[in-house]
Amino acid sequence: MEKKTYIQAFCTIENNKIVLNGETVFESENTGFADFSKKAYQHFEIGYPKFFKMDNLSKLAFLGSELLLKAQNPNDENNTALLFANKSSSLDTDVKYQNSISDKENYFPSPAVFVYTLANICLGEISIRHQLKSENSFFIFDAFNAAFMADYANILIETQKAKNVLCGWTEFFGEDYKAFLYLVGNEGAIENTKQNLEILYNK
Amino acid sequence: MEALKQELKEKIIAVLNLEDIAVADINDTDALFGDGLGLDSIDALELIVLLDKDYGIKLTDPKEGKHIFQSIDTMSSYIAANRTK
Repeated sequence: MEKKTYIQAFCTIENNKIVLNGETVFESENTGFADFSKKAYQHFEIGYPKFFKMDNLSKLAFLGSELLLKAQNPNDENNTALLFANKSSSLDTDVKYQNSISDKENYFPSPAVFVYTLANICLGEISIRHQLKSENSFFIFDAFNAAFMADYANILIETQKAKNVLCGWTEFFGEDYKAFLYLVGNEGAIENTKQNLEILYNK
Repeated sequence: MEALKQELKEKIIAVLNLEDIAVADINDTDALFGDGLGLDSIDALELIVLLDKDYGIKLTDPKEGKHIFQSIDTMSSYIAANRTK
């Protein structure tokens, strides 16, 4: 029989609002993501200047992971795998980069933008910040795939590839964004199932 | 030269997204890399692009960068002597 795993904490970021375990912990009115993310960074006193060099997708994933991993037992951090997915991959940054090289008369490709033209770079940012040397994967789906995410996290824990798994749906394109991140482990109140994930995702 | 140094500091802060650093925080002789501003290798590439885009200077020898990007003083001197725009 499959061993059960549990959702220990969850966080949603959308519409200029951050909700942690069902409770609004930060909100900013009528602003774009750049301003919202900067205000959230200041509000939570993150103190990590590299945040400002990240692309939007990495900032989104980073903010969610900060809230979930800072509450974690430090001993568990090094055994935390990362399992992320989204729909638009790194398209938001890809378009910005393309714009910087589309005019032959004004051809100045930015190395700092180019390095973010892969979706899984955000996992690298989280790993560097939390010194994770663990399994990590980034998948592309049309929509949040609760069944896949539940199964994959369960397999990672069952096969002892990780003690915990930080999972995330981090979608960003243009000014549309949504992040739903959650931490899975062997203990907790909410079972890590497709049904529960769909309920929390749509909350 | 002072105006160029001021301009360079403003551009470096903007281009490299140094949100928590102000122009007044950068001394002309401060090391830009390592213990100074703490810039990294991607920042070095951005500075090369900045020289090309804003001052018409193309660095062909990467070894030159090590000296040119030591500080605001060395950068401004090099730009003043080699700029084409």
